[in-house]
Amino acid sequence: MTKLKDKLFPYLFILPGFLFLFIWLILPMLSALNISLRNWNIMPNTPKPWAGLSNYSQILGDSLFWLSLKNTFVYALVTVIGQMILGLLVALMIDNLVFGKVFFRALYYLPVVTSWVVVSLLFKFLFNSSPSGFINYLLCNVFHIIDKPVSWLTEANTAFAAIDTLGIWKGIGFAMIIFLAALQSISQDLYESAEIDGAGTIALFRYITFPALIPTIATVSVMLLIGAFQTYVPVAMITKGGPLHRTEMVVSYIYNNAFTNLNFGYSSALSYVFALIVFGLSRLQLRAFGGQKGLDEK
Amino acid sequence: MKRKRIIKQSILTLLLLLGALEMILPFLYMISTALKGPVFVFEFPPKLIPSAPTLQNFRTALTKNNFGHYFLNSMIISVITVLLILLLGSMMAFSLARFKFRGRNFIYGLVIFFMTMPSMSLIVPQFVMADRLKLVDTLSGLIFMDVAMNLPFSVFLLQGFLADIPREIEEAAKIDGASNTTVFLQIILPICKPALATSAIISFLGVWDEYVWATTITNSPKNWTIPVAIASFQGVHTTNWGLVFAASLIAIIPVLILFISLQKYIIKGMTAGAVKG
Repeated sequence: MTKLKDKLFPYLFILPGFLFLFIWLILPMLSALNISLRNWNIMPNTPKPWAGLSNYSQILGDSLFWLSLKNTFVYALVTVIGQMILGLLVALMIDNLVFGKVFFRALYYLPVVTSWVVVSLLFKFLFNSSPSGFINYLLCNVFHIIDKPVSWLTEANTAFAAIDTLGIWKGIGFAMIIFLAALQSISQDLYESAEIDGAGTIALFRYITFPALIPTIATVSVMLLIGAFQTYVPVAMITKGGPLHRTEMVVSYIYNNAFTNLNFGYSSALSYVFALIVFGLSRLQLRAFGGQKGLDEK
Repeated sequence: MKRKRIIKQSILTLLLLLGALEMILPFLYMISTALKGPVFVFEFPPKLIPSAPTLQNFRTALTKNNFGHYFLNSMIISVITVLLILLLGSMMAFSLARFKFRGRNFIYGLVIFFMTMPSMSLIVPQFVMADRLKLVDTLSGLIFMDVAMNLPFSVFLLQGFLADIPREIEEAAKIDGASNTTVFLQIILPICKPALATSAIISFLGVWDEYVWATTITNSPKNWTIPVAIASFQGVHTTNWGLVFAASLIAIIPVLILFISLQKYIIKGMTAGAVKG
């Protein structure tokens, strides 16, 4: 009797949490497949006719999807590189600091913990098109880089400026924190013995710090990349994908197809294609997380 | 030599201060705008220190826009979600870390899979699910989904924490006749305190700021959360920026308090898994 009880115990403890995952993640994943193969209408008691693969084949010829995919890739590239370089620079500087480590770490980390909705609205305001918009004023009147105010958010070539800047600004602290943790785990003995051998600052970075950071660089870049692929709130708050879909991203396109056009079938097909792309990336992430992920191997 | 070090430290500090200014300046300008009356928001040249500071925006945010109600909604949702995550997450982690059973690796694989899955990729079928369960436009619909989305990370964190802790105390307790449930309640939960704190904070931050799901399944303002409310202050044609930022600042306060007092745990959670060793 007790034996049976002992056997059942782990299942009983898994069950409540598993139910949440089952209802909100596993079932939806399966039903998305069904939805994506139909012309799905969310209204009750309306037919949801079978559509075969037509939603998927529609993607191939959908120039808006390809544009949004391109935009997403460009955004990811720009912001991931920006966050990595600046985050690493800040981490290196803070790591070498004698006084004020905790203070600076907190300041640079602040944007990471503030809400996306709030900072998106803030950047929309900073990039206001009027002469007294903060960025316009700084670039025009303080630094004299541009000679007249720019309508950042409505001009095709500059619409991404606010979203890109925000993406980098908000993520520097995240990259910094992880690099800092990695830097602090490098053994000081290595540096000391290299210094005794007469290695300079650049040599120390080149031969000790950088090689030790490579696994972390891999991890951070993939984490940031996956994050970048999911960027939705800034687009929804700042440009709504405009002007003329110039800032449309895959996620905003998926969202609008479902909740603006009520085309749930097509949106689900897009989600599957998108998830496949991101899944490829998250396989990388798992690998970068370190093969230690098996339950029993440590 | 010593002099060289002082110069190096000063340059580093100066550079870091310059960079930090860029991190902080947007926030300062937000505070300044929240303190300005509507006529002064777009005055030229823009002023960092308002010429006629007023608390009117804060008063309007707090009294005229049901902001207290949204604040309460956000609090209720965040607190219940976090408590559920801690309970369910530690139960799952306990099973995964301490028992061998069929399906264990499968469950753990699922946890990792959903932890790394883009949160927006299932929003359409999740909405259909909420619709079927009659949870559209309810606070429970928000809580259930927030639990499901944030649970995997906490299971991962707690499982990893438990796996590093020796089992001697538990085994001794079992020899003395303690049941598994007793071991869980009286030994595991107290031991896990630091990891529970980390999961609580990380989940709280996630739920407090969650916008996409909240705006998707709520229609009536009585079910809005703070992010949805703030987004709604952005008008179609004109936006009362002072009000938007006053409301934003009020919304940031709980986050700031958590961040300043529990920085250590937040950083632990953020770096979990990312750095080996």
